[in-house]
Amino acid sequence: MSILLKGGRVVDPSRNLDSVKDILIEEGKIAAIADSIEGTAGETRVVRLEGKVVLPGLVDMHTHLREPGYEYKETIRSGSEAAAAGGFTSIACMPNTDPVNDSRAVTEYIVKRAGECNLVHVYPVAAISLKSEGRTLAEFGDLKEAGAVAFSDDGKPVMDSGLMRRALEYASSLGLVITPHCEDLYLSAGGLMNEGRISTELGLPGIPTLAEEVMIARDLLLAEYTGAALHISHVSSAGSVRMIRDAKARGIPVTAETAPHYFTLTDETLRDFDPSFKVNPPLRSPLDRKAIREGLRDGTLDVIATDHAPHAATDKEVEFEYAASGISGLETALALSLRLVEDGLLTLSELVRKMSANPAKILNIPGGALLPGADADITVFDPDRSWVVDPLSWRSKGKNSPFFGWTLKGKVFMTLVKGRIVYSED
Amino acid sequence: MKWERKDLLGIKDLSGEEISLILDTAESFLEVSTRDIKKVPTLRGKTIINFFVEASTRTRTSFEIAGKRLSADTINISASTSSLVKGETLSDTAKNLEAMNPDVIVIRHSCAGAPHMLARLVRQSIINAGDGTHEHPTQALLDMMTIRNRKGTLSGLNVTIVGDIAHSRVARSNIYGLNKMGAHLTVAGPATMMPREIRELGVKVSFRLEEALQDADVVMMLRIQTEREQRNIFPSLREYSAFYCLNGDNIQRARQDVLVMHPGPVNRGVEISPEIADGANSVILEQVTNGVAVRMALLYLLTGAIE
Repeated sequence: MSILLKGGRVVDPSRNLDSVKDILIEEGKIAAIADSIEGTAGETRVVRLEGKVVLPGLVDMHTHLREPGYEYKETIRSGSEAAAAGGFTSIACMPNTDPVNDSRAVTEYIVKRAGECNLVHVYPVAAISLKSEGRTLAEFGDLKEAGAVAFSDDGKPVMDSGLMRRALEYASSLGLVITPHCEDLYLSAGGLMNEGRISTELGLPGIPTLAEEVMIARDLLLAEYTGAALHISHVSSAGSVRMIRDAKARGIPVTAETAPHYFTLTDETLRDFDPSFKVNPPLRSPLDRKAIREGLRDGTLDVIATDHAPHAATDKEVEFEYAASGISGLETALALSLRLVEDGLLTLSELVRKMSANPAKILNIPGGALLPGADADITVFDPDRSWVVDPLSWRSKGKNSPFFGWTLKGKVFMTLVKGRIVYSED
Repeated sequence: MKWERKDLLGIKDLSGEEISLILDTAESFLEVSTRDIKKVPTLRGKTIINFFVEASTRTRTSFEIAGKRLSADTINISASTSSLVKGETLSDTAKNLEAMNPDVIVIRHSCAGAPHMLARLVRQSIINAGDGTHEHPTQALLDMMTIRNRKGTLSGLNVTIVGDIAHSRVARSNIYGLNKMGAHLTVAGPATMMPREIRELGVKVSFRLEEALQDADVVMMLRIQTEREQRNIFPSLREYSAFYCLNGDNIQRARQDVLVMHPGPVNRGVEISPEIADGANSVILEQVTNGVAVRMALLYLLTGAIE
C-alpha cells in the first residue's frame, strides 16, 4: 500500500524547497516528490493536505523517557506516542534513568523496547560516567555499538574537568558528540530559580547564570584544546549565548541548543510559586530571553530541543522547594517554536532546520531532509489551527506544563515514520 | 476602608491603606492585653489552627495568645507532632485541616511559597507566619506598629536594617512595608548577605555599619543564623560581631532618639551588645507586646472578611 500526500506546502530547508508538492510514499520510503503525482486507484491512499505544511520529520535531541526505572513518570511507549503527537519522528533520550544508561545492557533494553513500540525512532544518549557519578568513564565503544548516539551526564554535570577532557577526547575518537549539562554544582547549590531581581523578591535561593556560564566556558576551552565535538544542552542565559557565539567565530567545534521555555518564558512567571515553572536550568530574566531569541536568529543556537522532562503529579504538586524540576514539552514544542516565525525572528525554513536537519546532523542520524529513497519520516501540521493546551488530553504521562490553558497556533496534523502514520489528527 | 482579603500571605501585595487599617485595628486591641481579664468575646466559636511546619516558640505563642484573648479556640500543630513526619504531603494535610472546618489557618513553613500553596488549596483564611526566607508579614506589621507608636509616623524616617538580608524574611517584609509607608531604607551587611539586585526593592546598600547608622531614626538588627557560617556567608561569629555588632560606640552616629529593634531571639554580643539590647533606646520587648495586638487585629479582620 502506498500513500500519496497531495497538495501540501512542502518545506525542506536541505534543498531550499518551499512550495506546493505531492509526495508519494512506497514501502516506507519516499518514492517521488513532484508538482503533481497521480496515485494508482485502489492501491494508493491519498491524503489531501491543502493548507497544511509538510516537513522532514522533526528530531528532538533532548528527551527524557524515564524508562527504565521511572515508568510512573513516562515510559518509552508513552513518550514515543507523545513524540509522534508532537510531530517528532526521531528522539534522543537522556541517560538519567534507573539504572543509569551507562552500559550496553541498558542501551540495548531501550532500543529493544522502542522497537517493540514501533512508533518513532528512539536513539539512546548514554552516560559519560558510570552511574553519572563523574568518576569513571563509561564504555563508550560498547555503548556506541549497542546504539548510543551521544554522551551526556544530563542532570548530573561532570564537575571533574580532567574526566570531561578525557570524555571529549575518547568520544571524538569514536566520532560521537558529548552533550553536557553545563552547571557548576557549587555555584548552583541549594538554588531553586534564577538568581536575580525576582529571586530577591521571593526569597527563593538563586541559581546564578554564572553556574551555567562557568561550565560552558570550561567546556569550550576543553573543546578548543582537544578539537572534540561539543554540543551544549539547554542554553538559558545571555552570557552563554555570547560565549558560544565567540567560540564559533574562533572555529571551536561547538553546537548548541535551547528549549521552547527559554525563548518563551521568564523568571517573572515564578511569582505565584507554581512548580509548573520550575525547571533546570531555571527560567531566566527578560534580557536572557531576548539573548536566546537573538542567538536563535543569528544561528549561534543551532537546535531547538524540548528537554521533555515528564513528571507525575506527586512530584510536582508539592512545596516549590520539594517539587521536581522539568517541563513536559514534546506536545507543545512545535507550536511554541512557530511563534518565532510569527514574530519574524526565523523563517519557517530556518525553524525546520533547527528542529530537524541540524539535530540529525549533530547526532549523525538519518533524517532532516525529504529525499527520494530516504525513509518517509514526515511531519504535517496545520498552520492555521488554534488550539488550547490541555495536558490532561496528552499522550505523555507528564502533565507538567507551564503552558496549561495557553492558546497556541499551529497543530500537528499527521506524523509518519517510515511511511507509517503514527499520529493523525483524525 | 474595609478589609477584603481572604488571606494575609505577604506585605508585598498590601496597599498602604491596608497596612494602616491593620495598624489602626491593632491599636484598638492593645488595651485588651492590659486588662485584668484579658479576654473579649469577639471570636467566640471560631477555630484557629496554628500549623507550624518549622520550629517557633515566640510567634506561635503570640498567635495562640492573640486567638485566646479573642475567645477563639486555638489548636497548635507542629511539624514534629503532625502527620508530615509520616510522609503525608502538604496538600493532603491541608485538605484534612480544611475538612475539620477551622476559620483561620496560621502557617509557618520552611519553604517559601508554602502559605500561597495552602491558600490555593483550602477555602479558609491563611495567615503566613513566616515562609522560608520569603516573608514574615506579621513581624513587619508589629515592627511598623512599634515605630509608629514611638515616632507618630513612618513616613520620612531613616530606617536601617542590619544583617543577613538575603536570608531574612523579616527584612523582606519590612522593606516592602516600610517602603509603602514612606520610610527611607538602608540595608547593611557584608556583600555575601546582600541578595542580587536588592537596590531594585528600593533600598540603599551599605557594607559599613558606621555609615549605615548615620542619622538613623530606627535600626533593626537581624538575628545571625549561625549555620550560615558553614556556607561561607561570613567567616566567623567573631569577625561578624567585630564589624556588625551594634554597640555603645557606633550607635552614637544614629539620631539620639533612635529606636533599637530586633525580631528575636537575640544573640547577645553577636549582632547587638547587651547594654544596647537592654538600653533606653531598645524597644525589643515592646515589639513582642505589639505582636499580640497585631495578630489579634489580623484574626479579627480576616474572620470578619469572610462572613
